[in-house]
Amino acid sequence: MTQPSSSFVAPDQAGQAAQPGKYLTVALGRESYGIPVLKVREIIRICPITRVANMPPQVRGVINLRGKVIPVVDLRTRFGLPTGEDHDRTCIVVTQVATTIGNGTRLYGVIVDGVEEVANFVAADIQPTPDFGGAIDTRFITGMAKSGDAVKALIDLDAIAAAEGVALDGAASTPPPAAT
Amino acid sequence: MTLDRSAAVEQAQKLLRLVSLELAFVDPQSQKPAEALRSLLVDLEQAVAIHAPPAIRALAADGRGRVEASPGVAATFTSDSLAYLHDWQPRMEEAVIAWGREPSPGGPVVPASAAVQPAAAEQATRVAQPESRTPAASMAADAQLYAVLPDDADAELMRLFCAESHDLIQDIEQGVLVLEERPQDHDTLATVFRAFHTFKGNASVMKLAVIQRLAHELESLLDAARRGTYHLDRRAIDAILAGADIFTRFISEMAAQIEGVGAGRQIGLPVTAVIDTVKALLASPPQQTAAPQIATATRASAAPAPPAPATPAPATPAPAVPAPAPVVPVVSLAVATPAVTAPSAVVPPPSAAPEASTPGAAIVVPAAEVEQPAMGRPAAAAAAGLIRVDTAKLDSLIDLVGELVIAQSMVTQNSELQTAASEQLARSIGQLRGISTELQRTALALRMVPIRGSFQKMARLIRDLSGQVGKEIKLVLEGEDTELDRTLVEELGDPLVHMIRNAADHGIESAADRVAGGKEPGGTITLRAFHKGGMVIIQIQDDGRGLSVSRIRAKAIERGLISAQEPLTDREVLDLIFAPGFSLAAKVTDLSGRGVGMDVVRRNIERLRGTIEIDSVEGRGTTFTIGLPLTLAIIEGLLVKVGEQRFVVPTLSVRESFRPLPSMISVVQGRGVMVSVRGTLVPLLRLADQLHIPDAVIDPTQGIVMVLEAGQDCRCVLVDDLVGKQEVVIKSLGETFRDQQEFAGAAILGDGRVGLILDTTALVRLKLKHGEAA
Repeated sequence: MTQPSSSFVAPDQAGQAAQPGKYLTVALGRESYGIPVLKVREIIRICPITRVANMPPQVRGVINLRGKVIPVVDLRTRFGLPTGEDHDRTCIVVTQVATTIGNGTRLYGVIVDGVEEVANFVAADIQPTPDFGGAIDTRFITGMAKSGDAVKALIDLDAIAAAEGVALDGAASTPPPAAT
Repeated sequence: MTLDRSAAVEQAQKLLRLVSLELAFVDPQSQKPAEALRSLLVDLEQAVAIHAPPAIRALAADGRGRVEASPGVAATFTSDSLAYLHDWQPRMEEAVIAWGREPSPGGPVVPASAAVQPAAAEQATRVAQPESRTPAASMAADAQLYAVLPDDADAELMRLFCAESHDLIQDIEQGVLVLEERPQDHDTLATVFRAFHTFKGNASVMKLAVIQRLAHELESLLDAARRGTYHLDRRAIDAILAGADIFTRFISEMAAQIEGVGAGRQIGLPVTAVIDTVKALLASPPQQTAAPQIATATRASAAPAPPAPATPAPATPAPAVPAPAPVVPVVSLAVATPAVTAPSAVVPPPSAAPEASTPGAAIVVPAAEVEQPAMGRPAAAAAAGLIRVDTAKLDSLIDLVGELVIAQSMVTQNSELQTAASEQLARSIGQLRGISTELQRTALALRMVPIRGSFQKMARLIRDLSGQVGKEIKLVLEGEDTELDRTLVEELGDPLVHMIRNAADHGIESAADRVAGGKEPGGTITLRAFHKGGMVIIQIQDDGRGLSVSRIRAKAIERGLISAQEPLTDREVLDLIFAPGFSLAAKVTDLSGRGVGMDVVRRNIERLRGTIEIDSVEGRGTTFTIGLPLTLAIIEGLLVKVGEQRFVVPTLSVRESFRPLPSMISVVQGRGVMVSVRGTLVPLLRLADQLHIPDAVIDPTQGIVMVLEAGQDCRCVLVDDLVGKQEVVIKSLGETFRDQQEFAGAAILGDGRVGLILDTTALVRLKLKHGEAA
């Protein structure tokens, strides 16, 4: 439990190859990415986000998801893309990641510039992440999928969750007065 | 064949469970026909007739023979045959379970016979040399029996078992402590008996033969007590508690294994010692009860013996005969052994010996509660129907209800609705508001539990402690029904244990000192809970030597905590015991005196947003008073605005808030700002600076200064404005934000947005990044 990623029960850990299957494709700026559809809990419209001070810029804050307070990560900032204003197609994809702590799953939201479709990628469509020679941080990419003429990078949600500490072993450090 | 066999095993197990139920509720005093029991036993015999190995068939026939005393007439039983069946049932069950595990259906079933054999062998030894029975048995069996979790067991089922066992063990401990005081209390006896019985049943479902065996022995002990044939004395109580400890150990180990820690590991349990003790206790009933037993025993041994081999059930094949021949005589002699072994009672049973000489600890139930036995309430509550609910579900319900209330207020405050001048609508809205408020109240009340559980644990603790420190200590419990938040009850456990230990070790004097001081030789610790002013108050009071102000002062000066000249009130001196590393104990004992303690206690209590105070009169005793909020789930908060953001500040930590006059502000070195509050200079923290909020008020005279306090410290915090006051439900921010220090949690505000709750303690104690004026 000392290493962040070791608290995950999900088999696809950072750096592992993407599995064929259904992916939700989302837009980030002018690029297109794929999120494993099984990890997507729901998609909601962008809503007021409460900023939490002194957090890294990609952690936009927290939102109220029907009474639950969940953290929200801006994927554009996470991937070092230029950030624009939120617009009417901006959404929050609420994702569910597994952890060995507590009831086993955690929810967190990722902000994207719009959702496109649910695509089925077979094994032949998927290629391993190329080596960009260190120019690009590929920690959160599990592979590249061809979809028609376009190429979509497949996102490792567990790795992002681990990087932001969404699903860490928080048993020791969670402040107890928080009751829920 | 295999299918038939497993079906037979299943059928036999089912029947055995029914038999054990029947046995538990059968009343030996009434001459009620034992028809139900008999027919179950006949069914059982038939169920094992075809596929089972001879040993099992023999056992089944033997069991059935016990109630088959007079064929043709309605079946009856004597208390002896009943006692025999009580003993027979788990052996049978063990055998059947072993049989079920045996892979080769046709072959000789070694484990089954092995499971039966030791018991028979043990009894054979008993017959041969009654006086050396106990040692022989414990030599034969390992000192520790090993339980292994069945690897095919359903994790969910095991979790349920653990949860339920936990409650049962608690029932047992509580009940037993009451029994120690009032051994004849019938309701309590019945409750404890039932708890053991349920435990045994559960263990058999889980195929935990060792645990089941132990539960069975303890159950028999209580059964004897329940029927008045055995008087529960201190040794018996000790044995029962030792048994409960074994269960607790097993359950916690099991819980760990379910979570994957050391899965499949054998769990060593000192079951044999306890079983031997119980057997010895039962075999040597004190006083006159021995005499009548001899009479009934002889009668019993004469009565059932002939019919057993003579009337095999129709489907039973001939092989039933060889086994009963050895078993029956052995057993009837075993029943008679109380008479033979009675002299051996002089030798104290092994596990009871160390406790036997310790001074007594007693649990005193306050006078008001004497009429209503302590166990009466839970039992009644159980009858009213309790259900187990996953706390996650409960929390999710509370979340949703909170959301409903917000949605409701958004609807009712909608401007279009406000303009609609319909009386009907206004009334409906009012009704909706009333219902949702009530719903929220009810949902939050679901989290409230009585403090009874925590207090009862202390009763057990005192009992053990009084033995360890060699003092006679009485624990008085008051207000166990006081309800508080479940989380609070859990968090309160450790501090309570610590303070009780302190009170027992340092607070209460030795008997000699007490008598010299004109007190009763036995000390009293009172644990009290009550509601006062929206808080739950918990008091730990002892009538011991009290705290010496002069000694604490001397010790504090010696440790450099205060200077010799420092003028301190007595109360301030007493507060020094909460300083880290402070200890008054001259010697470090097992129990306390290491100086890690009261500071941790205070920190834990403060973490729960509570307070702790000491009152002590030297020579008369010490009282610790803990004040806790009713619930951790809700706080009363002030809504403040800083720039465009709003925050919740717990009202309890705001001493005052005001708009300062220019004359109250002083600046040190151009940066550090101080505010003069009633003549005291208090450093000012701008929330906007700390939280990097743009467009906020910078000039203190344009904003609002709040004086926040945490313990003895306080600090002024500048915000733009006060927006309002609101009760909010606290929610965790989650692991993502675990490293931040400014916020204690989050809350959903009236407009559905998330508001962050400021951690006032952290803000007050925060080291300022720039220029904190001294």
